[in-house]
Amino acid sequence: MQRLIITRREALIIGGMTVAAGALPTLGVASTPGQAETAIRKLVGEAEIRKGKVKLDLPPLVENGNTVPMTVSVESPMTQTDHVKAIHVFNEKNPQANVISAQLGPRCGKATVSTRIRLAGTQKLTAIAEMSDGTYWSDSQEVIVTLAACLEDLI
Amino acid sequence: MAARALINVPKTAKRGAVIEIKTLISHVMETGYRHSTEGQAVPRDIITSFSCRYNGEEIFATTLYPAIAANPFVTFHTVATESGTLAFHWIGDNGFEVTEEAKIVVE
Repeated sequence: MQRLIITRREALIIGGMTVAAGALPTLGVASTPGQAETAIRKLVGEAEIRKGKVKLDLPPLVENGNTVPMTVSVESPMTQTDHVKAIHVFNEKNPQANVISAQLGPRCGKATVSTRIRLAGTQKLTAIAEMSDGTYWSDSQEVIVTLAACLEDLI
Repeated sequence: MAARALINVPKTAKRGAVIEIKTLISHVMETGYRHSTEGQAVPRDIITSFSCRYNGEEIFATTLYPAIAANPFVTFHTVATESGTLAFHWIGDNGFEVTEEAKIVVE
């Protein structure tokens, strides 16, 4: 005979699913991989984006998406003639594709920028560096997020 | 709106040395994508830009988006060229504006 009584564990699972489903609409319109690509294209235009030179440093596994340490460093001598003009970071799953844009110059000495970001779920991040000679370089990294930023408690 | 800003700049540096500057400012960075328990959207309230001037010349600037965690922490580098002042400027929604300064002695 089939068991009809719901165990405590099952009740908790069902409860958890209900809560998760209820929280989903708060995510709103999430940016998709396509949107990240659109945002990148809007920035660079038709220019070719090459892999390399850029290093996007993120923890591979994140417990809390509300604050994720991120470092972007670009190999560059940072001289008047050869330097990094800007660093841009894009994501796929947050409601907005942009994460940060930084404008640098030869006076920076070193093209390394660190900050703390929010991530609404497991996704791929892309950093784009714009050089003074007009070339674009990129690096991508996958991040697994256990607790997404947008699913936090309602206020 | 009193926002506390913390800035870490070395007091002295050798001429030509690359120094690291760390900045942290207290701010909720409300994304504008969250809803209250009544279902109303919580309006966006973020810092939109941060810049640093070294003796009046802009050396670093950033545009911040809602994807930046609360209490924005930004670190960057600069070449210690001359003694003087580093001025930090944050601008945000709802007229948020904070300016901080740090002195540096270059030998």
